[in-house]
Amino acid sequence: MKALRNFMEKKLEPNFKEGGKLHKFWPLYDGFATFLFVPGHVTHKGVHVRDSIDLKRTMSMVIIAMIPALIFGIYNTGYQHFLALGEQAGFGQAFCYGLLKVLPIIVVSYGVGLGIEFLFCIIKKHSISEGYLVSGMLIPLILPADIPLWMVALAAAFAVVIGKEIFGGTGMNILNVALVARAFLFFAYPTYMSGDVWVSMKGEHRKGYEITEAAKADVLVDGYTGSTLLGQTANAEFNGTFKNVAGEDITNSVFSDAFFGFIPGSIGETSTLAILIGAFILIVTGVGSWRIIISTFTGAYLMGLLFNLVAGDNLYMAVPAHYHLVLGGLAFGAVFMATDPVSAAQTNIGKVIYGLGIGVLAVLIRVINPAYPEGVMLAILFFNVMAPVIDYFVVQSNINKRVKRFKLATNGTK
Amino acid sequence: MGKSIKINKGLDIRMVGEAEKVTVSPDGVDTIVIKPTDFHFLAPKCLVNPGDEVKAGTPLFYSKKHPEVKFCSPVSGEVVEVVRGEKRRLMSIKILADKETRYLDVQVPSLETASKEEIISTLCENGLWAYIKQRPFDVIANPRVAPKGIFISAFDSNPLAPDLDFALQGYGPEFQKGIDVLAKLAPVHITAHTEKTKSDVFLKAANAQIHTINGPHPSGNVGVQIHHIDPINKGEVAWTVNAQDVAIIGRLFTEKKYNAIRVVAITGSEVNRRRYAKVITGTPLKALLQDNINTTHPVRIISGNVLTGTQESMDGYLGFYDNQVTVIPEGYEPQFFGWILPGFGKFSMSKTFFSWLTPSKKYTLNTSLNGEERAFVVTGEYEKVFPMNIYPVYLLKAILANDIEKMEELGIYEVAPEDFALCEFVCTSKIQTQAIVRQGLDTLMIETE
Repeated sequence: MKALRNFMEKKLEPNFKEGGKLHKFWPLYDGFATFLFVPGHVTHKGVHVRDSIDLKRTMSMVIIAMIPALIFGIYNTGYQHFLALGEQAGFGQAFCYGLLKVLPIIVVSYGVGLGIEFLFCIIKKHSISEGYLVSGMLIPLILPADIPLWMVALAAAFAVVIGKEIFGGTGMNILNVALVARAFLFFAYPTYMSGDVWVSMKGEHRKGYEITEAAKADVLVDGYTGSTLLGQTANAEFNGTFKNVAGEDITNSVFSDAFFGFIPGSIGETSTLAILIGAFILIVTGVGSWRIIISTFTGAYLMGLLFNLVAGDNLYMAVPAHYHLVLGGLAFGAVFMATDPVSAAQTNIGKVIYGLGIGVLAVLIRVINPAYPEGVMLAILFFNVMAPVIDYFVVQSNINKRVKRFKLATNGTK
Repeated sequence: MGKSIKINKGLDIRMVGEAEKVTVSPDGVDTIVIKPTDFHFLAPKCLVNPGDEVKAGTPLFYSKKHPEVKFCSPVSGEVVEVVRGEKRRLMSIKILADKETRYLDVQVPSLETASKEEIISTLCENGLWAYIKQRPFDVIANPRVAPKGIFISAFDSNPLAPDLDFALQGYGPEFQKGIDVLAKLAPVHITAHTEKTKSDVFLKAANAQIHTINGPHPSGNVGVQIHHIDPINKGEVAWTVNAQDVAIIGRLFTEKKYNAIRVVAITGSEVNRRRYAKVITGTPLKALLQDNINTTHPVRIISGNVLTGTQESMDGYLGFYDNQVTVIPEGYEPQFFGWILPGFGKFSMSKTFFSWLTPSKKYTLNTSLNGEERAFVVTGEYEKVFPMNIYPVYLLKAILANDIEKMEELGIYEVAPEDFALCEFVCTSKIQTQAIVRQGLDTLMIETE
């Protein structure tokens, strides 16, 4: 390691330093050098010792927390694929199929996003911040496995530029960067983000985004449905039963299937269990706010209960409240999206209100608005925008207390 | 009866290098230095020239703004150097100390009959006013504004801080005299730690209200104590005095001389013989550290503690208010993939390092920044170590935006830079919060004048 560092410090670094011929690219060099070695900078002003934590550490904890969801997502991509084809496949086979699908999306997401981020850093002479390390992994996990790679590239570019850099980079954005990418695709290419897209097919089985008639006739199992469980509930024909990809009735096991994740959906969102492992890591390390995670689940559950009470013969309203917690992207959103500290509420009380709001709104959109079978993305984006307002009122109440105390003191009535 | 306070927020930084409870009297104190730069915002006017003979208690300089506030020599001897910086700003005054200290005789009024004004002018005239600081602004108190109270912390909760029970052992009568003097000026509040403070010097002090507090650092910060006892509103002033300095004030009235002796803890992992030393204000660090520090690698010498102290060299001098000297290693070499290693040996408030599995282990912390400066990203982090009903990040942002009204509303009058030291320590984004708070306080101080 010493040799590597000597080489970097003595041979490489001078080229990038002031006056070196590659000085323009200093942020790039600095980014890689600090990635390899936690820099030996020392304190100059203020406190003489510092906590061992830095932003790289924090961000890597989030990535570690996402690994269970990622691994299960890769497996499930293959599992759903073979289920749709009516073929028996082992874990290894399903995993390999999924890996071939998912890995390119991750590579494109990181490649494009980091590339643009580096470009901005070079132009603006900033050091490279770690924010995109997490966003770059979140984006693939909230997309369907069959998404064309050019769309991933476009979405990543849109998210980094419009979602983040125009506000001033990491720490300054208003919306969650990864959700900006998804929202962009959702509204720009709606047909790729809803309907039958959730199960991965071979290229020849699809024409554009639609599954070809030939594929339906020849290779897919009878009764095949590629829509998510939430998609089924939003369908006018919903009769209270759930089907899996192969068209079999899974109404009895739907909760456990959804909890373990053997359902179609975005790559990382299906397994509530894997996500909860991630939540555990985030909460134990203190990186993710438990207030937001718990309040989001609570909000969704309470809203689900409320709908159950007033359901009458509306079957969707009657879907048991706890189903809402394991279906769709609620768990993923609550654990990995809503907790993004930059776009979430910042005060502790604000975080609870923010989480409750997201949970309530997500279920509200799911149930009331048939055009959007899934409401988590929109709920989080909405509350990203509302977070400063929530915080404003929380902070204002603190100010009011102080002003009141001041008035009491000056009136001499204390 | 005073209040009983319990705080949960905060952090005890567990460092190697506490001082052993043995007091030594170092020799080799041949020069002492008084630095006007120890007094924030002071515009000093020098009264001595090189070659002048001074006694202990002879004024060296005074405050231009409050000419009655004088700063006196703690030793007798010859002024050998008057250092000036940019724009002829007075930086330090060096005095070659006599072997036997000759004291200036002080006329002190009788406490029973003296008026407030007489006591204040006695303290100002004899160089003791500098020991009384005020909130807001954390500067030397304005003698012309009456405070709502005088607050004294009976313990120091900073990393490796001296045990004040031990430091004041044998100085009980002087401390009590100091309290008697201060009680003439305003109600005195002493805050003791429920577990750490055992000495009757504090617990049985007369003429003062005794409060208790329980919890980790910054429970010993007087600002935190004031916040919970009687928070400062806009327009109000509270005075604060360090416990050892109370004894110096008391000594003026018992011994009738300016005897600025104090007990200083020599701490830190790089000190070989960690003890307490009985020294005079302005003592050279060499007298405490010569042949006493680990020389195998670069070290940092700090007058004060690792959170709020000042970096000094071996040729430096003890700061005016400091009760402690700390020596720690300078930052080590860059660490390969340090951000992903399990981190068993790395101290952190967060649980992202496995060191949280060993909650009582003590660490040798060095001066490494452990990262790079970033924008505010992580939230809720400062709140965990900031036991006041104030939103620290919002206050910092108001200061950065120079929004005076917001700073007032968010409670800037209640805080001092030291109250933000832990925020700075735990900050993931490595932001210099103490400097920001200082900047905000300075802005308001200029504004309200």
